[in-house]
Amino acid sequence: MDNFQPKIIAFACNWCSYAGADLAGVSRIQYPPTTRVIRVMCSGRVSPMFILEALRGGADGVLVTGCHLGDCHYISGNEKAVHNVEMARSLLGLLGIESQRLRLEWISAAEGARFADIVREFTEQVRELGANPLVAEQKHTVREGATLS
Amino acid sequence: MFPSILQSQKQVPRERSTERHSEPVRIGVFVCHCGHNIAGYLDVPALVESARTLPHVVFAHDSLFTCSDAGLAEIRTAIAEHNLNRVVVASCTPRTHEPLFQTACQEGGLNRYLFEFVNIRDQCSWVHMNEGERATQKARDLIRMGVAKAALLEPLEEVELAVQPAAAVIGGGMSGMTAALNLARRGFAVTLLEREPELGGILRHLNTLYPTGAKASELVDRQIAKVRDDPRIEVLISAEVREVRGSIGNYELVVHSKQFGMDLPVQAGVIIIATGAEELKPVGTYGYGSDPRVITQQELEGLLSENSSPLPSANRSAVPAGADAPSPHPTVVMIQCVGARDETHSYCGRTCCLTAMKNAMLLKERNPETEVHVLYRDIEVHGTHFEDYYAKARELGVIFSRYTPEEPPQVVADRVIVYDELLGMRLGIPYDLLVLSTPMVPRPGARQLAQMFKVPVDEYGFFLEAHVKLRPLDFATDGIYLCGSAHWPAHLDEAISQAYGAAARAATILSKEQIRASGVVAHVDEYLCRGCERCADVCEFGAIEFIELERKASPFNLPIQPANRKVAQVNPVMCKGCGACAVVCPTCAMQAAHFSSEQVTAMIQAALGG
Repeated sequence: MDNFQPKIIAFACNWCSYAGADLAGVSRIQYPPTTRVIRVMCSGRVSPMFILEALRGGADGVLVTGCHLGDCHYISGNEKAVHNVEMARSLLGLLGIESQRLRLEWISAAEGARFADIVREFTEQVRELGANPLVAEQKHTVREGATLS
Repeated sequence: MFPSILQSQKQVPRERSTERHSEPVRIGVFVCHCGHNIAGYLDVPALVESARTLPHVVFAHDSLFTCSDAGLAEIRTAIAEHNLNRVVVASCTPRTHEPLFQTACQEGGLNRYLFEFVNIRDQCSWVHMNEGERATQKARDLIRMGVAKAALLEPLEEVELAVQPAAAVIGGGMSGMTAALNLARRGFAVTLLEREPELGGILRHLNTLYPTGAKASELVDRQIAKVRDDPRIEVLISAEVREVRGSIGNYELVVHSKQFGMDLPVQAGVIIIATGAEELKPVGTYGYGSDPRVITQQELEGLLSENSSPLPSANRSAVPAGADAPSPHPTVVMIQCVGARDETHSYCGRTCCLTAMKNAMLLKERNPETEVHVLYRDIEVHGTHFEDYYAKARELGVIFSRYTPEEPPQVVADRVIVYDELLGMRLGIPYDLLVLSTPMVPRPGARQLAQMFKVPVDEYGFFLEAHVKLRPLDFATDGIYLCGSAHWPAHLDEAISQAYGAAARAATILSKEQIRASGVVAHVDEYLCRGCERCADVCEFGAIEFIELERKASPFNLPIQPANRKVAQVNPVMCKGCGACAVVCPTCAMQAAHFSSEQVTAMIQAALGG
């Protein structure tokens, strides 16, 4: 599994975290190409459904990012994100997915380096966990099926 | 580039009808080299090739700089030649270039929301400079995600609103008056509301102003005269806001005027909140409220301005046995940070250090024999003027002694006992006057006002700006601005600068005949809505109302009386498009336009499908 390259779906709010990710670029801070960023207006828009859909679809990790608490462009969207992410997390166990595959972080527009650090660190964490167990299971089932036929 | 200027000068053709279900989706993808910035690290020709194979993509093309005139012309031409009805640009970041490409789409005859941005520079080529194929693979995924979303984009409507070219300024202190004058001189009508029977705010209670020593009353009277003389400013004194309706461009206030004994309607396109702050009265601390020798800095200012001596004649009680003989001169002790930087008010009052220095120097000037002790935790002076001011106070012989919050000064038997941290000694200072420096606190009623306007306050009740750095004078609610000490304790020069700033921000709205509200708002599917009101509960902007929907009689002549149904309705002007309502809607009746569940889910699936 040394060359395992995890795929991470990252949700970034338009006002803080997406801008922070842009700043990492402007500053040419290098980080692994493991994330696929989906821009939303607010971290409070990230429905637990999105998180579960990503993990069901085979994402190895989901990163939700928003403005620091108190700085939300929509006043309290990030507080709603805390609630929504925790709701999704409580369902991960039922799916047999490790809760460490889901992470919520606050990244301001000024924190380009922080965005890069979090992606680097989260990539390592997910890499240690290995591939999304749902995907691994599917592959396993297919192989067994092949033996049977 | 200045997209907003370009937009205003260009002729925009009539939009084609491009509903998703009215015609097949035809997507054009434009991949930008950004010179070497993208093409130097990603395989752009390969990205174009893979884009061409994606569903609904009928055209894919790369250009050196898509944002150049030639690049934008290519977009317009391709829309016409290939009958495109969705456009995807893979280049830099929507934060800087989205309006430019949206305008190009509009000029090509498309609704500006039929455009999707894919960021392959700031979030790909620039951060994966040594990744080679893996970076190109990421860009390929990002484009696939953008195309998947683009296929589901819908044209959105921007509501146009007429702007009432008038402002309401709440608070007739220095910052409110300055903002009102500034707007009036730009030619706008202003209603200036003051709760007290007189204009002037906190400056009425001050003696002189640091660092110039100018008389506060002269400055404030001059400003009041200017306000009173301006025919465009209507001043309502003894007036309080009772109700607020409407939104940016068209606010309606109901103002109760004690002067006229009635409620008055006030119409305004914008609102400036300048309600100021007031001094904390530390009742019960150090004998304040019971001992007449214990006063606050503001009360000292009152005594100094009346030109009466604030110092009672030598009136000391007997010196306790063994204590040092008290100074033969009148002694004033000032204690800093009373009620500030503690558990209740953890912030720094900002103005109190300078106020103490100002008053200490005045006392010294009046009678150089007076001993003035300032007991402080930290001296907060800054900038070019104020540091000098501090030096001057020390030169005049004001004695500064530092105490720690662990061992605050105590008053015991007519003496202030303080452990001077720098001397390492406990001092007992007999006093004739004990002056407490307390922080400014929000005016009573600030929280109620905030709730009325649906704007936030911080934990202390000071009004909270939309963004601490990017939008320091705006509220998150459009068309409402703030200035002065309602925001946090401000020096006078800061309050005035903020007033100019808030007036300028307000004028950006008032100077337009019409404003356009963003099309990125929530939409309700009335058929699915069951009126549970969860969406309204999470909406911070009060944008959701409920209406009774008349249920039509059944066409089948069933013996059931149709009941009216309550459904949500979104005010597209008040909605900010955050999408929180869409998350809590149990029936998916509420959808966040441009970030719908369908669109985001399509992006997730596209990201993982490659």
